[in-house]
Formats: sequence, structure tokens, C-alpha cells
Amino acid sequence: MLIHSINVVRKMSYVYKLSSVVFLSLMLLVFSNHVKAQDSTAGGAPAAAAPAGGGDAEKGKTLFTNNCAQCHAVTGEKVVGPGLKGIEERAPSRDWLHKWIRNSSAVIASGDAYANQVFNANGKVQMPSFPGLSDADIDGMLAYIDQASKPAQEASLEAGKDTKNAGGVGNSGGTSISSGGPSELFTFVLVALLIVMLLVLGVLLVIVTILSKAVSPVTTENIQTSSFGQRLKTGMSDAFNNPTLRSIVIILFLLVATKETIDGAYSIGIQKGYAPKQPIAYSHKLHAGQYKIDCNYCHTGAQKGKSATIPAANICMNCHGVIKKESPEIQKIYAAIETNRPIEWVRVHNLPDLAYFNHAQHVNVGNVQCQTCHGEIQNMEVVEQRSSLTMGWCIDCHRRTEVNTKDNAYYDKLVAIHRKESSEPLKVANIGGLECSKCHY
Amino acid sequence: MENTSKRYWKGVEELRNDATFVKNANSEFANPDSIESSKDLNGLLGGSDTQRRDFLKVMGFGMAAVTLAACEAPVHKAIPYINKPEFTFPTISDYYASTFSEGGDYAAVLVETREGRPIKIEGNQQSSVSKGGTTARVQASVLSLYDIDKLKGPKRGDADIDWATADREIVNQLNSVAGKNGAIRIITSTILSPTTKAVVADFITKYPTARHITYDAYSVAGLIQANQSSFGKAVIPSYDFSKADTIVSINADFLGSWIAPIEFMNAYAKGRKIGAIGGGKKTMSRHYQFETGLSMTGSNADYRTAIKPSQEGLVVAALYNKVAAKLGGTSIGTASVEVANLDKAAADLANSRGKALVISGSNDPNVQTVVNALNGLLGNYGTTIDIDTPVNYRQGNDQQMNAFINEAKAGRVGAALFFGANPIYDHPRGAELAEALPKIALSVSFADRADETASLTKYITPAPHYLECWNDAEPKQGYYSLTQPAITNIYKTRQFQSSLLTWAGKPNDYQVYLKNYWETNYFPETEEFSSFEKFWVQSLNAGVFEPNSGQVSGGGAAFAGNVAAAGAAIAQRYKPTTGMELALYESVGIGTGAMANNPFLQELPDPVSKACWDNYAALSQKTAHDMGLAQNDMVTVSVNGKSIDLPVLIQPGQADNTVSVAIGYGREKGGKSANGVGKNAYPLAMIANGFVMYTAFNVKVEKASGSHVIAQTQTHDTVMGRTAVLQESRLASYQKNPKAGRHEPKVQTSKGETDATDITLWDGYGKPNHSWGMIIDLNSCIGCGTCVVACNAENNIQVVGRQEVINRREMHWMRIDRYYSSDAEAEDFSALEVASANPEVTFQPMLCQHCSNAPCETVCPVLATTHSTEGLNQMTYNRCVGTRYCANNCPYKVRRFNWFKYTDNDNFDYQYNNDLGKMSINPDVTVRSRGVIEKCSFCVQRIQEGKLTAKKERRRLEPDEVQTACSQACPTNAIIFGDMNNPISTISKILMEEREGRAFHVLEEINVRPQISYLTKIRNKDEELSKEANKEVHA
Repeated sequence: MLIHSINVVRKMSYVYKLSSVVFLSLMLLVFSNHVKAQDSTAGGAPAAAAPAGGGDAEKGKTLFTNNCAQCHAVTGEKVVGPGLKGIEERAPSRDWLHKWIRNSSAVIASGDAYANQVFNANGKVQMPSFPGLSDADIDGMLAYIDQASKPAQEASLEAGKDTKNAGGVGNSGGTSISSGGPSELFTFVLVALLIVMLLVLGVLLVIVTILSKAVSPVTTENIQTSSFGQRLKTGMSDAFNNPTLRSIVIILFLLVATKETIDGAYSIGIQKGYAPKQPIAYSHKLHAGQYKIDCNYCHTGAQKGKSATIPAANICMNCHGVIKKESPEIQKIYAAIETNRPIEWVRVHNLPDLAYFNHAQHVNVGNVQCQTCHGEIQNMEVVEQRSSLTMGWCIDCHRRTEVNTKDNAYYDKLVAIHRKESSEPLKVANIGGLECSKCHY
Repeated sequence: MENTSKRYWKGVEELRNDATFVKNANSEFANPDSIESSKDLNGLLGGSDTQRRDFLKVMGFGMAAVTLAACEAPVHKAIPYINKPEFTFPTISDYYASTFSEGGDYAAVLVETREGRPIKIEGNQQSSVSKGGTTARVQASVLSLYDIDKLKGPKRGDADIDWATADREIVNQLNSVAGKNGAIRIITSTILSPTTKAVVADFITKYPTARHITYDAYSVAGLIQANQSSFGKAVIPSYDFSKADTIVSINADFLGSWIAPIEFMNAYAKGRKIGAIGGGKKTMSRHYQFETGLSMTGSNADYRTAIKPSQEGLVVAALYNKVAAKLGGTSIGTASVEVANLDKAAADLANSRGKALVISGSNDPNVQTVVNALNGLLGNYGTTIDIDTPVNYRQGNDQQMNAFINEAKAGRVGAALFFGANPIYDHPRGAELAEALPKIALSVSFADRADETASLTKYITPAPHYLECWNDAEPKQGYYSLTQPAITNIYKTRQFQSSLLTWAGKPNDYQVYLKNYWETNYFPETEEFSSFEKFWVQSLNAGVFEPNSGQVSGGGAAFAGNVAAAGAAIAQRYKPTTGMELALYESVGIGTGAMANNPFLQELPDPVSKACWDNYAALSQKTAHDMGLAQNDMVTVSVNGKSIDLPVLIQPGQADNTVSVAIGYGREKGGKSANGVGKNAYPLAMIANGFVMYTAFNVKVEKASGSHVIAQTQTHDTVMGRTAVLQESRLASYQKNPKAGRHEPKVQTSKGETDATDITLWDGYGKPNHSWGMIIDLNSCIGCGTCVVACNAENNIQVVGRQEVINRREMHWMRIDRYYSSDAEAEDFSALEVASANPEVTFQPMLCQHCSNAPCETVCPVLATTHSTEGLNQMTYNRCVGTRYCANNCPYKVRRFNWFKYTDNDNFDYQYNNDLGKMSINPDVTVRSRGVIEKCSFCVQRIQEGKLTAKKERRRLEPDEVQTACSQACPTNAIIFGDMNNPISTISKILMEEREGRAFHVLEEINVRPQISYLTKIRNKDEELSKEANKEVHA
């Protein structure tokens, strides 16, 4: 019996291998299409977006994010300085803009009327000088501003008009991918299902034919007299009445059902993809992605202790004391401070109490990037749990990851011992990273 | 054991081989069916009456619960600070230096706080008084902070009032009392704080009719009185046990409760340490103990003699006479007394002149005067006794307190304020005071709960716990110490000092007052600091300021007392009796009962009797037999018309015809854990010549009806008759051969005889990086149980209560095994009985040995217990399915099973059944749930934390950087923890020498290769006579 079931399992695994090969080829097909689609949009975008003035928008984007994004938005919204949408139309000239960006105080001092008007309108906050930027650089930035401020506008227009060419050439890569993502997945699943079904049908047909041949008494009469339909009918009923075949089907069904149940049970409590609504619509995409604020600036505990810590309201106030004070979301922070009631964030990553995890060990000592576990946090509008946070996931990483032993005297002895025994790099698993008491006590 | 001619036994029942003992020993875990009194937890909880229907119900509910739980994960909130303090990080511990002072007990401590809540107390190494040591009560004190039974604000009678109302009404009444020239009395226990005394003085200035009365629940006023008459100084001197070669203690439990155990334990252990752990020393002090009940101190003595309380004065006098005869002094005329070891003690004392120490726990000034005379005769003043550096631990004045009660009874007291004092409970005349209290116009208590006294006072203005307070302490003259709050007030409480200042019409910010006091009084004593602020910050950071430390004061004093008069008084009071006598004693855990509502302390087994959650009448085996009493029988103990009913505990070592009873139990209004536990024995104390006497000579002990099982842990977890658990020798043998007393098991192999540790089935585990290990010195372990409480606090160990202890289900990861031993052969029944009347005692802390060939690991079916590469035997709770095979297979019996979920369970209404109590939980350690095994982890959370700190600083671990809770807490440094792979760690250095000396593994013959080594117990006893010689003597 045992041997029998083992055989079945082996067979099963064979079937799995087969189907996985099929899946793989399918996926290749679908993805190659996807890659092509991306290529075409990437190729098309600059050409379409190039504004009249010329200038490298890609380079401009980098420069803009590094130098300007802290205080200016590409939209019309005011951050610290005014929003830059339509800046070229507003400014006296492109030359004026070159001068202004390189040294705004000089322009103001020269008595330029527009310059003084802008300066006064924005609370007389001095804009830093950027003498290092060339004309071409500034043109690039302007091109980027123009390009970046447009799509939002166009998209809203399109939505309003219910235009036919949605996701058209004018859209930037970002929006097209995000809108195209789910539908592509859907098509992919559909196609895959269809092919699987066809395969199943084919296999079934083959089985039926073979079995009907095996089961039905092979007489020449039969072959000659009965039509294909009759033969199929008798074959099917014979197959249905065959106890061996029936039990095989039942066993297969039970095995699959058991596996599904077990898999399902394993996923209980796993909150991968958990993205609860937070009391304040805080965007990591904006802060970490767009403004590139260092994670440690807010999560002060990550280098020091077990918990990375959610920033206290006073850390928010470092910037939001001046920035975007009117926003209803920011007002919630003010309210929290005024009423002395802390903000109750919803915890996204919930490790059970029985598992000990220490951020400092991973971030400070191990030099592991935040994204390794938290995913592309800089692209998340709402934080979502990207890793399963299961023990298997932890262990896998401990098996794979090399220990960051560089300039850390603590590891010297371990490295020396490891070198003697192996030429492989020192992995976490080699220094007891899989032991129970590393995480459970 | 095998190697010695000794037989060890953990309790009388083991020696007798009682049927229940054998049954218990054979079944690892108490069978629920056999537990009679689990009826209060019956049904599903007890597991005994479970019916099929119940099973189905539970099953159905379980399924439903699981389904529901699986549907939706609970939403957890993450709540950050509004305004984060700059230097505090969540999940990182902060340590604040502070001072524990409770009724005169003192310890300089570090308070570990997490997210602003204190979770653990550690000793402060900077103090040269407590020297980083702690006691069980100090360790447990953190739990008292989160005591749910405390008052939440001031009260007038039963009504809650606010502070403004309380202040207004009390000030009005104080003024009216003062206006009528009525007496105002402030009754306190010993106050160590000089600044608090200044506040009291301010209060007295405002209300001149006020007087401050100090009393101690366990008084040493007799000693202070004797010093007044002998030296003209009404003080308690400093004692230095480390300098004494011969220590003679008569009824003084100086390691457990007498005056300042925390200081004495360390010094005493210093004198007892030999070999590598004692710095290569090959000599040790010799300790004689003459006492009634077997105390913890007596258990550590080399020669112990059981005496009756009526012999106490005579023994002191006889000792004086014998020494005087040798050294030339006037003898005193008292009745002669025949007790063992007296001549020997006198001879040793005379031989170690100037290096001897005689102390007495008596509160009789006459006895203390003779002790003073004896010490003077021996030239101990200036060497082992320093009377110029007095200690302040006990300042109680019995006469004043007596006078106060008389005044109160006569209605002559207008106002009484009680701070740190609960005289209605803990004074022998408490009942009289309770009657007189309504006659006092204004009575106020500062107690944190409506205790026996406070519940009868008109107002309760609760003072906060010491961890919420500003204060200072002067335990010893010139040694100052600061208390700083580690948490803001949990309830609406106010410090005693602030209340007094408010009522005296002064600014009531005590922190400011304290700073000013230090600026005026202590800042001038140092020239190190340029400004007071620097001095203050430094003192707060260190916790202590000790201008007198290191100064050599003479301390010599010439005895000027009247020894003849004292002798005459002794002769009159102490006469041989034939009846029963009583000795009251302070238990090591509960003490005077002020902290009785602390579940950690209630569950801490007594060092000697191993009983918890009760006090009892300790009787010797012979007396019990003569009276027809057995263990757990109820008896009535009556003295002068007052009586209490107690269960009998047969205590080897107890003097015949005596009964010992612990004070500190029998609280009625102490709180959930304290109420109804044991009986209050204070009323049995008497007042003779104005001094409280804790002994009584005419006592009636009668059998009462019924019985009451005493929860004793002593014979739980027996090692099943395996030998070589203890290894001991005598000093002379040790001096000749450092391996004396060692048992080195051998096995026969085909290649001849080899060490038992040479052959093995296992490959062993490499320990490339660290190899965590421990040494426990049996010579300096005095059995105090501090480590047990420290372990409880560090590792969130559950309190299970009396009934579950009786069911042998206590959860302590660490226990201190107490073995009695008799020199007689096991076959020699008559000799055995003689020996067991006054057995030798050995303490052995027993915890997970972290075996390298761990038997538990091989039997776990689910790999819940595994081995680490650092020598740790790991226990993974979430993997454990509760088969308990590991506990069965553990040769040391150190694994504990969670029979119940002890948290949020009304059947275990201790600290983890309420949110406030749960604040004491160490967040780094999992709180175990029902159905899993747990055991000592070598404080792996501390190891991991230490390693991480080193890694963050990019360095190797310093030697001894990581300390377990037990090694940190040990007041005698008997527990040494460290990395055996680091050649410069203390443990490596000691092992290097002692591996071929005193170090042994328990049960070496089973070759489990523990990471813990013990150092043999060496007694400073004369070499035994050979057996033949012995027999001749007997013949």
C-alpha cells in the first residue's frame, strides 16, 4: 500500500513537471508579448512628449528630483515654492528662467518686477542658488516639467471625454502599465486556462481511446459495424463502469483535494498583500519615492532596536510645520498633537509574538535594504505586505544571504573558522542562522 | 554520595520512604486523578471529570473558533509617540540608578525600563554597601509597583476624595489639634532617608506638638540599647564578616533577615570562598550557629547547635565565661548550660582574637551587652566591628512605640500619621492600638492600600511605590544613595514627603527640596565637581555618593558596660525549662509581611523548609512524635492567652520541645495574594522591660482538629536515587588535595577502565564561536533564593499558587535544592535518626544544565528542543506539542510543563490576570501558553542582546559582558556565567584551575556533558575520626 502510494506520488510529480513545462512555455509566450509592448511605449514616449524648446527630459527628471522636488511640485500645487505647471508660460522668458534658477537673489536684487512679485507672493522665502546648472540642464528640467505636468491633465481630460484611444501614445509608460496590468493578467489567466482545458480534453480523449481498446473485447465485428459515436459511447460507459479506473479517478481527486486543503491551511494567517486603510493617507510613494527621504529619517529605530518604529508626530512636524499645512490629511496630525491623542496606525506587518525579529540586526549589522523584506516601498501609495513573513521565508533568506562581515570584528573569528572549512561565502545559515533560539525565546 | 559515606535526603518523607513520596517520585507528573483538591478547578480545567458531551462541545467550539479566526486576521494597531523623547527608543531598555529602601532594608539598584515602564531590578555595582547584590524582596519589588490592589487616590473613610479636599481637611484638623496643644505623632518604620527626616523636622517645626516615632516590625532595639550602655552610642555598628576567621551567631539569621543581609551575605561569602573563585585563598572562615529553628544562616554553618530560646542567654554567658577563662576576664554567674560545640567555639574564638565576630539576634539588651563584652574581650572592635561607622537599617525604638500605644489608649493623642508602618498588623500590641485608634481625632495613613492600619484611619493619602519617587538614603553613615522615579505616578498618589510639606505650608515639590538638601549638605563634602548641577547629575547617574567609602575609620571602642549586671539579669530571665518554647522568626522571602501581596515572594520556597504560601509550626521530629503529631496536622500555639492555629511542619534541626513560627503571614487586608495566607504570629511576641521579645518560654502547643497541607517543593523533582549529585569535603582534606570530595566515575571497557566521559555514542556539537557556561560555587551559595525571583521576573515565569504547588506543578525554571545529610551509614538506623535531628545542609541551585549530549533532545518527537552552536539547549515553545517526553528523560528534572494557561485565568488571579500586572512582562520573552514545556534558556534574550550590541559596535564581546538574570542578581557571586571559549572570561580562568580541582558536573557518570560546573562544597570542620575511632567514642 505504501509503495503504491509512493508510486502515485511519483507519478503525480511527473504530471506536475509536465504541466509546469507547459506553463513555462505559455508564460514565455505571454511575457515576450509584454516586453514588446513595453518597448514600443518606451520608444514612443519621448518623441511624442518632446516639447518645443527641446532638452533632455530624462536627465531633467533626475536633476529635478535631486534639486527641486523638495520644494516644488510639477503640478500647480504649492509645496514650499510655487507649483511649476505652466512655468514657461508664466515666466518672462526662458533666459530669465536660466538666470533665476542659477541665482534668484541676484535677479531680485536687480529690481526685476516679476522676480519681486514672485518673491513676495511666496512669503519671501529665498530659493537656493544652483550656479552649477547649465542652460541645457535647465532646459532639460523644463522639458521634464512640461512633460510631467501634461499627462495628468490629459488623463483627466480623457476620462471626461470617454475617449476611444485610451492608453494612447501620449500617455507615459507609468500610467499605461498600471492600467494595462490587470487586464493583461486576466488575458494571461484566460489563455492559460483555455490551453490547460484543451490539453485535458486531449489527454482524456487519448485515455478513452486507449482504454476503450483495452476494455472492450476486440472483435473485428465491432470495429467494422459500430460507428465512431457508438464506439465512444460504449467506451465511455465501459470506462465509467471499470472499477480500477473509477478508483484511480477518485484517488486522484482525493489527493488533489487534500493538497489544496493543506495548501489552503498553510496560507491561514498569512497576510501577504494586506494593505489596510490607514487613518492618514500617507504615501510612501511621495515621501520615499518622489522626495527620496531616507527611511531612517522617520523610522528612527531601524538602526538601533528591535522595532523600526512608526515616527512620532513630532517627526512629521519637522517638515509639515511649514509644508502643506492646509491639507486635510496633515490637519489630522495637528489634531492628534492638539488633543494629545496619538495616531492609531494599522499595523501592516504582524509577526507573531513567538518570533523575535530585530531590525537593528538586519538593517544595521546585516546591511539589508528595507526593500528586501518590505518590497518596493518607494512605489507604494498605501503600504502593503509584500513578503509572506512565514518561517519558511525567513529561513530561505538566511540560507541565501551572505553575512555582512566587512569591518565587523565580531565576525572575524567566525570568518576565519569558515575559511578553513569551506571556500563558499559565509551565509547566515553557517553561523547558526537556522537555530531555533535565534528567533524563538 | 557514592564517594562519601554520606546519605543525602531532601525531606523526612524521602528518608522514611513514605508511600506518597515513592508514588510521586515514580510518576514524573502529578496524575490529575490523584489530585484531590483540584475540585475547585474541576471539569474541563481539571481534566478529571471530562465527559464525552463536554468533549464534543469543546471540539465544536474549537472548530468554530478556528474557522472564525481563519476568516479574518485581527487588526493590530501601531501607536507611536506624539512627541518622542529624544534618547528613549521603543524596544531598547533604559537603566536608571535608584535605591530600594523598604522598612530599613536597603539596596542600590538599577531599574531596567522599557517604553517607560520598569520591568526588572538589578543590583548597582557602584555601591560599596550593597555591592551589586540584591535580595529576593528587591528583585520582586518591581511586581509590587503593578499591584492591582493599591489605592487609586486619597480616601476619607471609604469615600474617594481629591487631594485638594484631603489637604484642606487634614490641615484644618492638624491646626485644631495643634491649637489645643494636642499630641501629633508620626509613626514610621525605619527611615533611611536623611532628607525625609529633614521634611519630618520641618513638619515638627510647624506643629511643635508633633513627635516622630520609629519602630521596626522585627526590632533590634535591644542591640541599640546595649550599645548605648556599652559604648555610649545608641547605634548599630558596621559588621565585616569578610574579616572574621571565626563567626559565632546566636539566633541571628544574618544571611536571611538580621539587620542587613544584603551586606552580610557578600562579606560572609568572601570569607567562605576558596580556590580560584576566592582568588587562590586556601582558608575560610569557620561559622558556629546556635539557634532554635533551622535558619538559612544555620544551614550554612560549619557547626550548628540547636538550642532552646530559654538557653539563649545562658549560651551567650557561657561562651563569654569560657573565652574569659582563656583570655583573662571576669566571669559572670549564670546557670551552666550543656550544649554541643560550645567549648569548641570558645576555643576557636580565643584563637582568632581580633579576627572573630560574635553576634546575637536577641532583642534583649542584657544578652547583647554580654555579646558586646565578649567582642570587646576578643578585640573585635576596630577589626570586624566598626562602631564609628554606624548603620541606619534599624532605628526602631520599642519604648517610644510602647509609650505611643499607651498614650493612644489613654486618649492623649490628637493626631497620628502612619507612614511605612502597619502597627495594627505587625506590632504585638496591634489589637490594643486598633481599639484605641477611633479615640484619635485625626488619623492618616500613607499606605498604598487600605491595609490593617490604614483601613481604620480616617484618611488614607496613599504614597507611591519607590519606583515612582524621588528620595535618598543613608544606609551607613557617610554612604548616600539616591532614588529617582523610573515611571510617573500610576495612580493619583503623592509622596509622603510632599504631603508633609504641603501640610506644613511649604512648597511641596520634593525633588526641589531634595536637590536643595543635597546642595547644602552633601555637595560641600566633595571638591571634584565645579558646580552643584554636575555633582547632582553625576550622583543621579551613579545612584550613590560615598564620601566615606575607602576611609579607614578606627571603629575601635572600649567596652564600658556593666557585664555583671547584664549577667545577673540573664540569670534571672533565662532558666532551664521543661515545657514547650516558641521562637518567632522573619522568613527570608516574606520578611515582615510588608510586601506579602507579592506573588513572587509568596511562591518563593523557604530556603530551608521549601514551603511556600504558608507559615507553619515547625517542630522537631522527636517533639512531633512525642506529641503524636504528623506533618500537616493542625495545632494551636498559645502564649499568654493569645493563640493561633497552624499546620505542623516537621523540621529537622529544630530544637526539641520548641516551635518556630514565621512572622509576616496572616495578612487580612494586604491584597489578593496576601490575604488569608498563613496566620499572623506577631501577637505571640511579648513585651518585656519595654523590648519586644520574639521568644516565649511558656507555650502551649495542642493538637487542633483538621489538617492543612503545606505546599512544599522540597521533594518534587527528585533525581531518582542517582548519586554524585552533591560532592563535598572538609577544609583540611581540601588543603591536602584540591580534588577532595570529587567523585570521578569510571567505566569498564574492553580496553580497561576509563573515565565515564571518555566514551560516547554522540558526535557532539561544535561550539565555534561562543560556549556559554556557568559555574556555581556550592561554598558561597547560601540558598537565599534571590536568583529564583530574578529568574521569575526576567523570564515571565508564571505564579501557580498554593494548590498547584501541592500538585507539584510549580513553574520555577531555577530551584535551589536543599539536601540534608547525615554522616551515619544508611544501614545504621539508630545513628541515622540521631543525625537527622540536626543534619548538615547543602544548597544546590538546579537549573537546565544545557547538556551537550542532552537526553531531552533525543526524545522530542517534534524537534521542539534542539541544540545550538553556542552550547545552548534550546526550547521552542511554538513547536512543542506537550508530550513531556523531554521532562521524563531529563536527569536533572528541570523542565516545567504548562498545565494551564496561567494568563487571563481567574483561577490564577496573580499578576498576569490584570492589565496593570502585565506591565511587568519582559517583552523579549514569550509568555508561554498551556500545553508546552519550558525551562531555563540561559537568558538567551540577554545573550542575543549582548551579541547584537557588540555587532552594532563592530567588536567582539567583552569577557563577562553578558550576564544571566541569576548571575547578575546573586548577592554572593556564587553564580559565574560567561563564554568558556573566551580565555580571559572569569569562567574560563576559574575552570582552568578548578577542572583539576573542585569543579564537577552533576551526574558525571551519565555523560551528558553539561555546560554547568559546580564547585565542591567545603566545610570548615575538623577531620572526621575514622569509623573505628568513632565507634569507640560511642561505645
